[in-house]
Amino acid sequence: MTPVWRRGLLWCGVAVLCAWTLVPIYLLALGAFGGREIVSQWPKPFLPLGLSLDTVGAFLAIDGVWRATWVSVQAAAMCMVLALLLGVPAGYALARFRFAGAGSYRLLILMTRAFPVAILALPLTVSFINLGLYDTPFGVALLHAVLAVPFATLVCASLFQGIPAELEEAAWVFGCSRFTGFLRVVLPLALPGIAAASIFAFVLSWNEVFAASVLTVRHRTLTAYLLSVLSESPLHVQFAGGLILIVPSVLFIFLVRRRLFAMWGIGNR
Amino acid sequence: MRRAGALPYLLILPSVLFLGVLFVVPLVQTALLAFQEGGTWSLGNWHRMADDLNFQDAVVNTFSVVLIVVPLQCTLALGMTMMLRHVQRGRDIILWVWSIPLGISDLAAGLVWLAILTDQGWLNTLLFKLGLISGPQAWLTYETPMVLLAGIIVAELWRATAIVFVILLAGVQLLPKEYEEAAEVFGASPWQRFWRVTLPLLRPSLQTALILRTVLAFEMFAMALALGGRNFPVLVSEAFNWQYGNQDYGVAASYAVLVMAISIAATLIYLVALRVPAEQRA
Repeated sequence: MTPVWRRGLLWCGVAVLCAWTLVPIYLLALGAFGGREIVSQWPKPFLPLGLSLDTVGAFLAIDGVWRATWVSVQAAAMCMVLALLLGVPAGYALARFRFAGAGSYRLLILMTRAFPVAILALPLTVSFINLGLYDTPFGVALLHAVLAVPFATLVCASLFQGIPAELEEAAWVFGCSRFTGFLRVVLPLALPGIAAASIFAFVLSWNEVFAASVLTVRHRTLTAYLLSVLSESPLHVQFAGGLILIVPSVLFIFLVRRRLFAMWGIGNR
Repeated sequence: MRRAGALPYLLILPSVLFLGVLFVVPLVQTALLAFQEGGTWSLGNWHRMADDLNFQDAVVNTFSVVLIVVPLQCTLALGMTMMLRHVQRGRDIILWVWSIPLGISDLAAGLVWLAILTDQGWLNTLLFKLGLISGPQAWLTYETPMVLLAGIIVAELWRATAIVFVILLAGVQLLPKEYEEAAEVFGASPWQRFWRVTLPLLRPSLQTALILRTVLAFEMFAMALALGGRNFPVLVSEAFNWQYGNQDYGVAASYAVLVMAISIAATLIYLVALRVPAEQRA
């Protein structure tokens, strides 16, 4: 094959794979903004010609979906905060100290990955009912944090490892304590990475279905709500819910796209 | 690295307590729940699980999806990785587009493909315009199990290839270029370079991707519910139904333990089958 041909073939492949990712999302958006009419429309349009203010208004007026979205946002935000509060110090400890038990601690962290969420969610339903945490965003956030904390810990550990300890030591020489040294020297350097890690914690909670469904009844997260109305509610409501689920994730992936490897490369260790 | 008494322990203490209470304790509780009935040791839950009508279907469906999807995803992801190596312009944006599914849950992916595959959906519209069908046609019912399986496989392929791709691309970027250049100097064709040089060097990444992907594939359930409803039971959706519909925590726990056992077995198989030589470990 000549190089020109080869380049053409390469770009065809790239274009096909981009379309393969994007076209299904586009079609879902058509369904979501099409309003009630699009559900029974046949044959379906491939262009957004039927869009009007009415149909977009109908999308914005679907009450149950937005209420559930708000619960999801609360749970995901709390999950993010928990992941940072617990993950940043633990990551710092793993990166900067050699201590007995570090190995078993790493093992505990890695173990959490191999277990299905179902195995945690089932007994926690009972405990949460007794503790009054059942059916609250905080309860959902707690369980999601079990998945997010290990991840945040490993990401932070590798971030801090990438920041030379000499910088910190210099700060101590100039009169910083360990804590202020961390705050003024290490944290600013690690901040973009920590931000990416927290975005991942948010998306992880935002997307989780099983635990959220088992732990809520009336204050459902968006995923739990959509799962519970799968066989009942009209299709355009389901499409709208699906689209609301997808949009933030797409934006988040865009924000952290340069750090995806740093995040998932960690799996290689 | 330095030694500093109690400080590291204080730093990890909150997360240890947290994971102890919310991870280790529930794990043990579920394991106990699965093997107990009315406060005594029993295999009753397991019998009820195995005797249930859906059990066999759930096992067959789950394994069909995993065994078909995971190899396809690895092939596709390898192809994507190799393609992106040759792209200079627009690399950033392509990388973003290809990684978008990373942030999409199996429920959302199920809804996306429901919009396409439903009776009056876009697939049927396309087939209609091509003159292949005469009107709306139902694909996602128990009468067309092969099409339903194919739909779920396509949806899984769409959603979860990105994670394999990102792990493999991260691995490829760590490979020293010298090996391939040396192979080229000695006259290896691009195909030979891929099979004899790049692929073997990628083994650690491939192993990670396979383990992560397989464990997650066994957990898939919302997509099966969205596309197949009751017609496509999988192991985790059965756990969900027993817990949620039948309020039978014991059988649900048995399902959860079964999924866990399968995940661990799969991980061990990969660890042995794709053993990474010590000098290649990062």
